[in-house]
Amino acid sequence: MKVVLPSPLASYTSGKREVQAEGTTLAGLLADLDRRYPGIRFRMIDEQDGVRPHMRFFVNRVLVRSLAVPLAPGDEVFVVAALSGG
Amino acid sequence: MTRLAVLVGTRKGLFVLGADRKRRAWTIDGPHFLGQVVNHAVLDPRDGRTLLAAVKAGHLGHTVFRSEDLGRTWEESSTPPAFAKAAGEGRGETVSHVFWLTPGAAKEKGRWYAGTSPAGLFVSDDGGRNWCGVEGFNAHPDRRKWIGPPEDAPPDGNTLHSLNVDPFDPGHIYIGLSAGGVFESRDRGATWSPLNKGCAADFFPDPDVPYGHDPHCVRVHPKVRDVVYQQNHCGIYRLDRARDRWERIGKNMPKDIGDIGFPLVLHPRDAKTAWVFPMDGGTVWPRMPIGGKPAAYVTRDAGRSWKRQDRGLPAAQGWFTVKRQAMTCDTLDPLGLYFGTTGGEVWSSFDEGESWQCLCLHLPHIYSVETALVP
Repeated sequence: MKVVLPSPLASYTSGKREVQAEGTTLAGLLADLDRRYPGIRFRMIDEQDGVRPHMRFFVNRVLVRSLAVPLAPGDEVFVVAALSGG
Repeated sequence: MTRLAVLVGTRKGLFVLGADRKRRAWTIDGPHFLGQVVNHAVLDPRDGRTLLAAVKAGHLGHTVFRSEDLGRTWEESSTPPAFAKAAGEGRGETVSHVFWLTPGAAKEKGRWYAGTSPAGLFVSDDGGRNWCGVEGFNAHPDRRKWIGPPEDAPPDGNTLHSLNVDPFDPGHIYIGLSAGGVFESRDRGATWSPLNKGCAADFFPDPDVPYGHDPHCVRVHPKVRDVVYQQNHCGIYRLDRARDRWERIGKNMPKDIGDIGFPLVLHPRDAKTAWVFPMDGGTVWPRMPIGGKPAAYVTRDAGRSWKRQDRGLPAAQGWFTVKRQAMTCDTLDPLGLYFGTTGGEVWSSFDEGESWQCLCLHLPHIYSVETALVP
């Protein structure tokens, strides 16, 4: 399925902002993303399996807060990194 | 012909200043990791090649990058320092940032240590590619008491810093905990003991507490056994290991200057010589040069006396802070000294502090300065 990534993560995907990954849950999708682009999961998910502050996941444009949310073929996942600070 | 590199970690990236051994013509390379916090960058003195950088990219969290070509190419750690996952229901700790990097002992090639915020200790045995926690510290039942609650932590969080490996004993490690004190392990991090006797903790009603002190920078001499100095929140100290008691050598500083500051630098060939950069620790702790007149102070007799060194520095209206990792020396003769400021200036002295000149301006807020000789 299609995964759209924010610019801060583009260094992990050779600059690509739109990539493909598979998974039946958001957790599975992130694990597959990490297999394809090593290190990218830890930029979104910390060592306690928590979503890092200011990172947000949208499935088919709906905000989701659980990594256990199910995914179906054809879903679109948007990863958004809010910017704050200076 | 070896070249000198000065590694400048800033709030917005890493810069590498370079010169030949005469230190006359300088170049600047960077920024590396533009827009990302670089708390510390250190070149491995054991191979003169492996460069590690502690990097944090905004909300993407912390990591460690490594380079074997002085920053032309970088490789991210496959397993960055991270706390163990909590067992059970509670949420465990997460690393905010890697604050300090220290190569292991000379004979332990590939070994590195990292100190983090919240205060955690991590080790790598493959040149920084993969890190694991030193659970003798991270899981120590008293660690939470040592580092205190988050609400009492310094503004950037409680931090494990001043990681020193005893050059005469690879298993002997010193660490500094901000608002926690100095601790040591003699068994590679398996067990720990506080090392704070004689050190003031003016912010406690009981001046003789075993821990809770606030070391800012602890340095172990690289050539002379058991020589340890400390710039603390409450003064400048030298440790007498025979008595295991800190002696406040800062009491010999001029009274109108005091002995508050952040960095401390040891002369690598003379264990009685050390530099500090005093800051105003009065009233609300401005953490600025006293009276806006920046100066280093040097002792050449192990702290019995101190001499002001300000030639070339701003004579007035010099308002900047020099952070604990932002002052260092090279190993050339005469010794070169370097410090970076929160205003993005790098200053240098090539006559052991007698005179200073500005090497570069307009860098971001400087967190750390380290030097290396590169083959």
